[in-house]
Amino acid sequence: MPTGKCDTPIRSNRWILLCWSLLLLTPLLWAGDADWTNPRSDWWREIREGVSGYSAVVGQETGELIQASGEFWRQLRNGPVSWFGGLALGGVLAALSVFYLVKGPIRLAKPRTGVMVPRWNTMERCLHWVTALLFITLALTGLSILYGRTLLLPLLDHEALSSVLHWSKLVHNFSGPVFVICLLAMTLIWFKDNLWRRVDWQWFKSFGGMFGDDHPPAGRMNAGEKAWFWLLVVFGLLVSVTGMALDFPVFGLGREWMQLSHLFHLVGAIVLMVGALGHIYIGSIGTEGALEGMVRGKVDLNWARQHHKLWLEEIGIEKPGPREKETSPIERPRSFFRPTT
Amino acid sequence: MGRMKFLCDDERCIECNACVTACKNENEVPWGINRRRVVTLNDGQPGEKSISVACMHCSDPPCAAVCPVDCFYITEDGVVLHDKDLCIGCGYCFYACPFGAPQFPQEGAFGARGKMDKCTFCAGGPEEDHSEAEFQKYGRNRLAEGKLPLCAEMCSTKALLAGDGDIVADIFRERVVRRVEREDGRTPPKIPWGWGQAYGDKKS
Repeated sequence: MPTGKCDTPIRSNRWILLCWSLLLLTPLLWAGDADWTNPRSDWWREIREGVSGYSAVVGQETGELIQASGEFWRQLRNGPVSWFGGLALGGVLAALSVFYLVKGPIRLAKPRTGVMVPRWNTMERCLHWVTALLFITLALTGLSILYGRTLLLPLLDHEALSSVLHWSKLVHNFSGPVFVICLLAMTLIWFKDNLWRRVDWQWFKSFGGMFGDDHPPAGRMNAGEKAWFWLLVVFGLLVSVTGMALDFPVFGLGREWMQLSHLFHLVGAIVLMVGALGHIYIGSIGTEGALEGMVRGKVDLNWARQHHKLWLEEIGIEKPGPREKETSPIERPRSFFRPTT
Repeated sequence: MGRMKFLCDDERCIECNACVTACKNENEVPWGINRRRVVTLNDGQPGEKSISVACMHCSDPPCAAVCPVDCFYITEDGVVLHDKDLCIGCGYCFYACPFGAPQFPQEGAFGARGKMDKCTFCAGGPEEDHSEAEFQKYGRNRLAEGKLPLCAEMCSTKALLAGDGDIVADIFRERVVRRVEREDGRTPPKIPWGWGQAYGDKKS
C-alpha cells in the first residue's frame, strides 16, 4: 500500500484533498466512451416518463405502459388535501360555535317598527333556496365520498357504506349540472348589486359591525355578502368546470386531466364549504332578523336601517341624512374595470 | 405461502396478443373490456420492445388506497382482488393505478361507469370458489384448481411468467445469466441490447 510522506499536518491535508479531487475526476477518463450506454435504461426511463407505444387493444391511453401521476394524485388526495380540508372545515365550525357562545348573535339595536320593506323577490328567493339545497346535497354527498371510508366505516359495515356512497355518487353526479345552471343564474341576477364600492372598505374595517356597536353603512349587499358572492362565483366556476370534467368521462379527457380536475374540485369545494358555513351562520342564528328576509322576502324597517342604510336611501324609502365625517357619500356602483376618475 | 407475481420478459415477447385473447376467452370478460394488453414501444423500429401488462398485484396497491368503499383485498397468495358488490364505479382506482389495469363498462347515460373489472390473476373473487356467481362477476378461478393464469400458461415464447414471485425471479435470473454472449456460437454473437450490454460486456 503506497504511503505519502508528509512533513506537516497541513501538507497531509493537501495530499488528501488532491487524492479526492483526482478521484472525482476519474469518471472523465471514461467520458470518451459515451456511445456506450445501456439502451434498456433509456427505455425504462422513457416508460416512466409516460412515453406511449402501440397497442392492439383499442381504447384511451392503452398505449401508455406506466402513468406515474396517479401516485402524485393519490398522495395529495389521501394526504394534505384530506387533512387540511378536514382541519379547515372543523376549525371554522369550532370557531363559529365559540363565537356564538361567547359573543352571541347580533341583535336588533332598536325594536321592530312593524313596517316591512321588500328585500328579495320571489324569483330571487326561489333561486337562493334551490341553490342552497343543491349546495348542501352536493357538500354532504361529496364529503361522504372523501371521508366516508375514514369516518363512516367504523360505524357502518362495508355493505352499508357501499350503498350510502353508491347513492352519494349518483345524487352528486346528477345534481351537479343543475347546480351549475343555478350558479350561473345567480351570478347574472346579482352581478350588479355586488360590484365593489368604496364604502365597502369601511365594512371590512369594522368587521361588519361584529365587534363594537357602530354598524357600517351598506347598500343592498354589504361587503360581507359581496365577498361571499365573489367567492361563490370564482370557486363555484372552478368547481363547476372541474366537476363537469369528472362527471362526463365520455369527453375523452385523459387520466392526468381527471386527477388535476379532482384535486382542484376538492380544494374549490372545501373553500366553498368554509365560506358557506360562515354565510349560513351570519344569515341565520348569527344575525337577528336576517333569515326572515330570505324566507318571507321582507325585512323590518329598523333591521334595514341597521344593516343596509344606503340601500334604503337608494330605493327612496329614506332621505339621505346628514352624514358623519367618516361616512363616504353614496357613490355610483363602480366597476372593477373602469378606472377611477 | 408465496406471493404471486407477473413478469413479462421483453426480450421474448413477440406481440402476438394471445395472452389478451386467452384472458378474454377464459374469463368471458364483458364486451369492450380487456384485462390485459400488449404495448409495443418503438413499433417498427430496430430494438422495438413489447410488454404484456395487466394488474401487477402490487404489494401496496394504489387502487386499494384510494377506494372510497374499501372494496379491495389481498389474498393469502398476494393477489389483489376486489368485491364488485361493493364497488360504486367512481373510477378513482383507474386514476391511481400506474398500469391502467382497472376497466369500466359504460353503464347508463353520459359514460357513467359501471362496476370495475380487472385482472384477477385467474383467482376469482370473494364469492364461493367455482360458483356461478364468481364466474359471472370475476371469471375463472384457476388458482383454486391448482393452475396458474392462462395468459402466462399459454404464452408461446414463455415471455409472460406468472407464479410465486421467488420462482419467477429465479427463472428470469437464469435467463439473464445465460443470455450473456458466449463464444461457442450457440447464442447470437452480437446482442445489440439487453443485459449483456448492461453489465460491461463491451466486446460487442
